Amino acid sequence: MTIAVIDYGMGNLHSVAKALEHVTHENVMVTRDPRSIRGASRLVLPGQGAIRDCIGELERTELTGLVKELLTAQAKPLLGICVGQQMLFERSEENGGVDCLGFLPGRVRHFGQHLSSPDGERLKVPHMGWNRVAQRHAHPLWNGIDDGARFYFVHSYFVEADSDGDIFGTTDYAGAEAHVATGRGTVFAVQFHPEKSARDGLQLLENFVNWAP
Amino acid sequence: MTLAKRIIPCLDVDAGRVVKGVNFVGIRDAGDPVEIAKRYNQQGADEITFLDITASHEDRDTTVEMVERIAGEVFIPLTVGGGIRRCEDIRTMLNAGADKISINTAAVTNPEFVREAAERFGSQCIVVAIDAKRVSAEDETPRWEIFTHGGRRPTGLDAVEWARKMADYGAGELLLTSMDRDGTKVGFDLGVTRAISDAVDVPVIASGGVGNLDHLVAGVREGGADAVLAASIFHFGEYTIPDAKRYMAEHGIEMRL
Repeated sequence: MTIAVIDYGMGNLHSVAKALEHVTHENVMVTRDPRSIRGASRLVLPGQGAIRDCIGELERTELTGLVKELLTAQAKPLLGICVGQQMLFERSEENGGVDCLGFLPGRVRHFGQHLSSPDGERLKVPHMGWNRVAQRHAHPLWNGIDDGARFYFVHSYFVEADSDGDIFGTTDYAGAEAHVATGRGTVFAVQFHPEKSARDGLQLLENFVNWAP
Repeated sequence: MTLAKRIIPCLDVDAGRVVKGVNFVGIRDAGDPVEIAKRYNQQGADEITFLDITASHEDRDTTVEMVERIAGEVFIPLTVGGGIRRCEDIRTMLNAGADKISINTAAVTNPEFVREAAERFGSQCIVVAIDAKRVSAEDETPRWEIFTHGGRRPTGLDAVEWARKMADYGAGELLLTSMDRDGTKVGFDLGVTRAISDAVDVPVIASGGVGNLDHLVAGVREGGADAVLAASIFHFGEYTIPDAKRYMAEHGIEMRL
């Protein structure tokens, strides 16, 4: 049993790998080798930075086709994190518009600039810090985690999924409802960083490791 | 508005030891950054900042090792700063397990470095540390400037303009320290905190001068800070992180309890 953290050059892979090692005795491998990725029992798709760079690096490392194939094959659990969530959708408005993997219907939008809350405080972008996640639908990855639990976020763009059935968690910020946990079949993806979200984050990772969809 | 304001304990580390002193009951080695970071994590700190004040270059390896050990045991965001001058330094610390990198002097001497770092690693992990000092007289419109070398060397840069510039260059967050207040325990400089917080879109961490829990409340409510950083009030056990969080929540501030 091996968990492969897909290393296409973007994302803080070490944090994710260390957190996974903390919750499981299974082998955790950070890799870009197609054979290792195919052979793994579970996959993690991280992502950080600009989405154009993430999509570009995935292309450059010749992993786009493989990731798309594994997403549609639905043969093993995959966890997307941060830009790794955003990439699963059709298109992002970041970097002047970027086509993404198109596994789930929906888009990635910017929170906006110069926003204020009703009491006049400036709303900061990136959305950075601990915010509540409302669990819209039950999911094995929510086991042992309270509805409304806080997770650590840092992002300026957020997912807007088209299909209610794909939305498992939402967070309100700056007048928007961000779909921060989404998935379908063997795929689950989150905007927040479970590897940096203390106990609840580790619980989610443990749930992923034990998930048998 | 459900995004919580953050409390960030700060560890000043010299050659692998926390130097401002820590006074926890039951801790085996009061100077070990790993033990202290774990303790703050258990208490519910929202992030941890690790400032490397090591003078000699050789001891830098110790810092990398410390960061690696903390990142292997503490699963909350970890910011590392001190002596970051090149993209290579950032890469080393990110590989060691840091989540955010704080750039201080190098931003002043070479602002393009901030742009380059943000483009290469993403704004989400680039924090610019701003050391500001009030330069206006009491009866003048308040004005603050950037100082380097622990507040000794003026740069002539206006602090609010500088904050805007750093946010434009790609800083994802600003760590604002009042050099007038640092170590005084009389509270944050709320004027500069408010001025910068209102001037930029990115989150601002207030630092310098915390002596009690009312200061933390004021940093958020009057200063408009998104996060508050403190060292000694937590290190010496005057207050615990849960004490501070409960107090801030009682004063109507959204906190992660």
